[in-house]
Parts: sequence; C-alpha cells; structure tokens
Amino acid sequence: MLDIETIRSEFPALGQNVNGKPLVYLDNAATTQMPVGVLEAVRNYKERFNGNPHRGSHYLSVKATMLLEEARTKVAKFINSPSTKEVVFTKNATEALNLVAYSYGLSSIQSGDEIVICISEHHSNLVPWQRVAGLKGATLRYLYLTEEYEIDLERAKQIINEKTAVLAIAVMSNALGTIYPIEKIVDYAHNQGAVVVIDGAQSVPHLKTDVQKLNADFFVFSGHKLFAPMGIGVLYGKESFLKDMPPFLMGGEMVEYVTEQETSFNELPHKFEAGTPNVEGAVGLGAAIDYLSEIGWEKITEHEKSLTKYALEKLSEVQYLKIIGSKNLEKRGPVISFTLEGCHPHDISTIVDMDGIALRAGHHCAQPLMNYLQLPSTSRVSFSLYNTKEEIDILVESLSKVRGWLGYES
Amino acid sequence: MSLSSLYTELILEHSRNCENKRNLECATCTKRGYNPSCGDDITIELMMEEGKVIDAAFSGDGCAISQASTSMMIDLIKGRTSEEVQKLVQIFLGMIKKEIEKEEDLDLLEEAIAFQNISNMPARVKCAVLAWHTLIQAIEELNPQS
Repeated sequence: MLDIETIRSEFPALGQNVNGKPLVYLDNAATTQMPVGVLEAVRNYKERFNGNPHRGSHYLSVKATMLLEEARTKVAKFINSPSTKEVVFTKNATEALNLVAYSYGLSSIQSGDEIVICISEHHSNLVPWQRVAGLKGATLRYLYLTEEYEIDLERAKQIINEKTAVLAIAVMSNALGTIYPIEKIVDYAHNQGAVVVIDGAQSVPHLKTDVQKLNADFFVFSGHKLFAPMGIGVLYGKESFLKDMPPFLMGGEMVEYVTEQETSFNELPHKFEAGTPNVEGAVGLGAAIDYLSEIGWEKITEHEKSLTKYALEKLSEVQYLKIIGSKNLEKRGPVISFTLEGCHPHDISTIVDMDGIALRAGHHCAQPLMNYLQLPSTSRVSFSLYNTKEEIDILVESLSKVRGWLGYES
Repeated sequence: MSLSSLYTELILEHSRNCENKRNLECATCTKRGYNPSCGDDITIELMMEEGKVIDAAFSGDGCAISQASTSMMIDLIKGRTSEEVQKLVQIFLGMIKKEIEKEEDLDLLEEAIAFQNISNMPARVKCAVLAWHTLIQAIEELNPQS
C-alpha cells in the first residue's frame, strides 16, 4: 500500500487552495505536479552546476555534461534501452514524434506506401504523419475501435498489410484511457515489414515500460507527465534506424566537422540534439525517475487501479453521466472521459473549478476521434499516484450539482 | 466572479431555449467560427438586403456561454446596417477588454451587457467572443472595401 499522506506532503502544489477550496488535481494526463525531490534537483543544478554541456573544459561545463549524461543513463535504464546512444533528449513527446516523422518518415516513406495510426491518436501522433503522407504521396490509414472502445483486431489485420511502411500508435489513449494490446499490434506490423513508432506519453507514468519487450523501433514520451518539468522529452530509437537517419535540426552540438560548404555529423545520440539542451529538465527527469523507482511500480499500479475502479463505480451513479471508454479495468488506465447530458464540458469544468477541482474539458487534442465518436467534446479526469478516494467523492458531489447551475431541475 | 453571476437566468435562457438557433433558408452570407481549444463550433447565417441585416440565425455546438452570447448578438443585430453592426461588435469586444468607459455605449449592447464581467474569468473569454469575431469576419467579407 502507498503511504498517501507522505506522498502528498512531497508535492507542494497539492497543498494549496483554489477558489477557497483545497485543490483536487485531476488533470494528470495533461501534466503532473512535481515532488520536492525533482524541484530540489532542478534548483540545485541551477544554483551550483549551470554550465553549457559538451562545450567547455571548465568545471561547470563538465559538471553540466556529467549531469546531462547521468540523466540519460537513468532514462535508458528506466525504459530498458540497451544503450544510451539510443536515448535522444527532445523538448517533449510531440517534438520526438516530429523528429521521427521528418527524419525517418520523409527519407524512407515512398509514394504508394501506407502509414497506419489509430483513430484515437493525439494530434501529435497524427498531424506529422498526415504531413508526411501528403508530401510523399503516401496514404494515411486508421485503426478503428469496437463499441467497447478497443481496437478492432480483426479489422486491424487487414489495415496493417504489406503496404504499411509505418505503424504509429499510443499505448494508452489520452482521450479514452484505453490501454491497447500493443505487443500484438506491433507483431502484426513487424510481420508485414512495417516500422513501429510507439507514443508512450500516457502509459509511461502508469505502466512499467520496456522498449525491448515492446520491440519498439521508436518510443517517445514527455517528462512533464512523469513528475518532471516541462520542456524535456525523450525519443528512444533503435540504433539500426537512428544511425542512418538524417538529422532533424541543424546547429551546434550535432556536428563533427564543419567547413564552408559541408558538415559531418556527431555520433548518436548527439546527432539529434542540436543547440544547447535543457539540462535542468533532464536533471529533473532523472530525479523523477529516481522518485518513481523508489516507490515501485507494483504499489503505483495497485493504487491507481483501485482509484480507477472506485471512480468508475461512483461516476456511474451520477445521474445523466455517461462514461466514454472501456469499463474493463484490465484494459484501461486511470484516465476517464465522460459526458453529462445537456451540459457542455467547458461549463462543467468552470463549475467544478469553483470547488477547487481541476479537470479537462474539450476534444483532448483528438478531433478525429471526437468526430468518429460523434461527440463535440468530453470532460476528462485523470489520476496519479497522489490522488485519493476522498478526492473522487468531492468530484462526484460537485458533478451532481452541475446540472442545477445550468438551470436543470434535476 | 461567482457562478451565479456567470450562469444567470438570462444567459441560461438564451443558451437553452434558442429561437435564434435555426437555419436561414435564404441566407446571403454564412460564416463558421471555431474555437479549437474547447471545441465551440458555430455557424452564423445572415440575410442581408441593401446593406441591412434582415434576418440572422446560427447553428452548431458549444458551451452555455458561447451559445448565449451568439443568441444575444443575433437579437441585437437584426435590422441594423453593416456599419452599425461593426460598431456594436467593437463595443462588445471593447467591453470585454474593459476599454469602454461610457455607460451609454455599453447600453447599446442591450442584453449582451450580461458578459461585462467575463474578463474576470479568463478561461471563458474565448467562449463569449467567438460569435462576435465570426460576425465581424462575415461582414468584412461582404464589404471588402470597408
């Protein structure tokens, strides 16, 4: 069991009042709060070791280099990457996906090829592929969902075929909370000769990640959804791909020799890290990984599952509320989307905000999914290891008043 | 800003019981407005004759604030000339930014004055101004010279 009180005391942001009520932070799928360990690591770096890494031989530059590379080693271990050469720091998951689309996609995808993604992809794993398909004359195809909000595997077997050049898919949907049977789908794709790009932005904070077991060719995630600061993300790529891919951004650090007309590029992973990197972000990410490792996945998963189970039960009791997503606990993570009849999610969000509750309203950067489900938008709550059942009770109580505020009699 | 001063009876009435939410069969101008951050999506239809708004209506989905604001705007602009409409939109947008000082200017907005304090709720400003921005685009397309 998690010691929730101790955990909550380690997150300063959770202790504040919002609109006169204790903050109930249920927007963790958007960004998580940071524990003191992360805040202190970032501050310590900035106060004592701030230097430009890989560029100087003075003390601070050397320290910054060491800390940046130490963070890379922690990330590699955290996702079970075989080597640190395969771990590229980016700004966030979006930039990592763009890197793969622009560098790998534009140089490898040919006219007539197909790119396959799931209808529930976040725009970050959709728009770059739309662009690549448009530029290269390839076709963007979709995996669709069953009525249980799961991928229709029978249809998927037809859509993923010998024409599929790239399969790009999230492990867990940010809009529905569904966890897809990713290893099966990766297998289909590999058997058809496709390259597999996995978006782990939502899954990494909740499930143990093993890029080798997943057999991901590329895997991306963001630090700020994993208790680290914003502005740091990760691209894992198999060396066999990364080594032949052209650089994404050009500039300092990513070069070897530069002459007036030509440049040779630095070795991996630095070939993909142009410009001064976000060392404090990487240090924060390293500290966040330490924090999670100390608690252990078993306890985190157990706690988040029990919160999800409780929330699904309690939300189902709210009149006029409809859950948009699987009710099967084994096939979903702690992200729950819902609608409340007659109430627009934006109004719901404003009303519960008055009770200190942070939830997300909108299309969750997944407009094609919303069109597919014929919903303009939904409300979404998403839990993290620091949330409690009491907070879910506060949510349910507040939600049951929403229709009243909007002029309904019940 | 409290919830009761946001979700007033007037605003709720306009947002839910909307006679302005319909299709205009003989619209001379149609403009869609979309708020990508929250998904409010409205289409404004105008029937213009000799530079005057003879009829106006809207369709689409959105939160109570966006729907009410659109409906009040439509009530306000019927029978007005393009120039009058443009002036009213400027007053409304100015009111939201707290740039209008004269009471008599605000009075011109009639019921739409209900959104005077929406700037105290920054997350909802976009909902309130969507229809007005869409309308000004429609008018500008009709009168490219002005």
